[in-house]
Amino acid sequence: MAISLEEVYKIAHLCRLEFNEEEAKVLTEELSKILDYFKKLQTVNTENVAPTFHTLKVKTPFREDEVKEFPYIEDILKNAPQLYERMIIVPKVVKTP
Amino acid sequence: MTDFKELTILEALKLLEKGKISSKELVEETLKQIKKVDPQIKAYIYVDEEGAIKSAEEADRLIQKGERKKLLGIPISIKDNICIKGLPTTCASKILQNFVAPYNATVIERLKAEGAIFIGKTNLDEFAMGSSTENSAFFPTRNPWDLERVPGGSSGGSAAAVASRMGLGSLGSDTGGSIRQPAAFCGVVGMKPTYGLVSRFGLVAFASSLDQIGPFATTVEDTALLLQVIAGHDPKDSTSASVEVPDFLKSIKEHEKTSFKIGLPKEYFESEIDSEMAKIILEIIEKLKKRHKIKEISLPHTEYAVATYYIIAPAEAFSNLARYDGVKYGFRAESKNLIEMYKKSRALGFGKEVKRRIMLGAYALSAGYYDAFYLKASKVRTLILHDFLEAFKEVDLILTPVTPTPPFKIGEKISDPLQMYLSDIFTIPVNLAGLPGISVPVGLTSDNLPVAVQAIGPHFRDELVLSLAYQIEKEVNKKFVPSILSE
Repeated sequence: MAISLEEVYKIAHLCRLEFNEEEAKVLTEELSKILDYFKKLQTVNTENVAPTFHTLKVKTPFREDEVKEFPYIEDILKNAPQLYERMIIVPKVVKTP
Repeated sequence: MTDFKELTILEALKLLEKGKISSKELVEETLKQIKKVDPQIKAYIYVDEEGAIKSAEEADRLIQKGERKKLLGIPISIKDNICIKGLPTTCASKILQNFVAPYNATVIERLKAEGAIFIGKTNLDEFAMGSSTENSAFFPTRNPWDLERVPGGSSGGSAAAVASRMGLGSLGSDTGGSIRQPAAFCGVVGMKPTYGLVSRFGLVAFASSLDQIGPFATTVEDTALLLQVIAGHDPKDSTSASVEVPDFLKSIKEHEKTSFKIGLPKEYFESEIDSEMAKIILEIIEKLKKRHKIKEISLPHTEYAVATYYIIAPAEAFSNLARYDGVKYGFRAESKNLIEMYKKSRALGFGKEVKRRIMLGAYALSAGYYDAFYLKASKVRTLILHDFLEAFKEVDLILTPVTPTPPFKIGEKISDPLQMYLSDIFTIPVNLAGLPGISVPVGLTSDNLPVAVQAIGPHFRDELVLSLAYQIEKEVNKKFVPSILSE
């Protein structure tokens, strides 16, 4: 198989996803099949070929550093899972000494 | 009142102007149609009945005062990965099921400024990942031509809504064919503009170097009008092009009798295509020979396009979907700590196909595999782009099938992801190259299923693509009305 069950669990962690054993087994098979299909790209001669990451030739556009109104704060807070006043509550991330 | 099934946007605008119909009547007809056929088709995730009627009343007030705008009073639907402020934007995902957009996408602002009325949000494959709308976390949409078949994807809801006249037009998004393929499957016109022509601000990102918003309508001219309103540089989208937008309707009229040099890529026509579909397509090509110079061309790297796309798009998706973490918005799972919150929220919130692609993307970008997969695919992308640039030295436009088969049955391909991916072969290369492409219906199979062709043009020659599509439409000279409308 192009990818092992162990690799699937490793990559799942990178993706911040989790799978039970059944799901991981199915995924291993599906991904292996797809990755096998990708092998055909190895036969293409890409010597001296530059990669294309964007089809549009743009440079990063700049703007003046002007302060503008941002009227969406209340609308944004409406979507927060847990609020305390205007702060979003999250699990503790700092270790207590 | 005029037969609503036959009404186009341009015709509706004339009737509104003359006072023969009101926008409120148009909207009420649309809502009536939704109540009648959408329980079977399920194109809509959310219908904004109240908002639409209010907007229609406002439009009627303006029309009576003599105001003229490009889309004043016209009801259209919007794919649910495009933000409309105050309305849900779910991307057909559990992870955004209760998300309410805090702002309008630029395309929405532009449509609003021209008086368009938003009927509601249409169904899609979750996060635009899919070719059948079966990956929606909520329900599949059905093809108005045959309810046992898919409408295509990922903009299946938009295509089905327009085909069954639940609105006069729609906006979708296209990353690997997600406008053109459902347009083909539903017998409507659908266009993906040149990359950068339409702002992506407010489009929930799937693959940033491939995504484009584009219009659906029942005619080429209607499609051109919608594109006119949404196209143009947007300072809020750093990947939006600073180009002058041509007058598309004017160009279509100017090129009504223009003879083009049209290329038929042999790699496309030599691949496996349903024989009945191929016959219909070849018939229309014969008819086009009367005016146009048709020649065979080669796009030699075609066979690598699907592999290239299914490395690049998931890689970009892996990055774009990292934001769905349960922190500031979207679904947050019960958890004991931060990492559990991330993993559980995403595992429970994302569907199978989304997770599959995130995993593929992570793999392709990970240490040890980046060179062999993502970098390699990006180089092959250059070769694919180069194939098109070379071809456009010999021809003005390229004509191809849109799909290898007519619309397939619901459930037929969903258990084999790779089979589903391979069916995107004709549409994917166009996104990889950033070119404009349109799907226009040309006939029906003996099963009464739509068949379409795709016209592809050089970068920023969207007006040529529309012009050829208009000529094809005139040659075909047929209204595509699914049987569900005559019941």
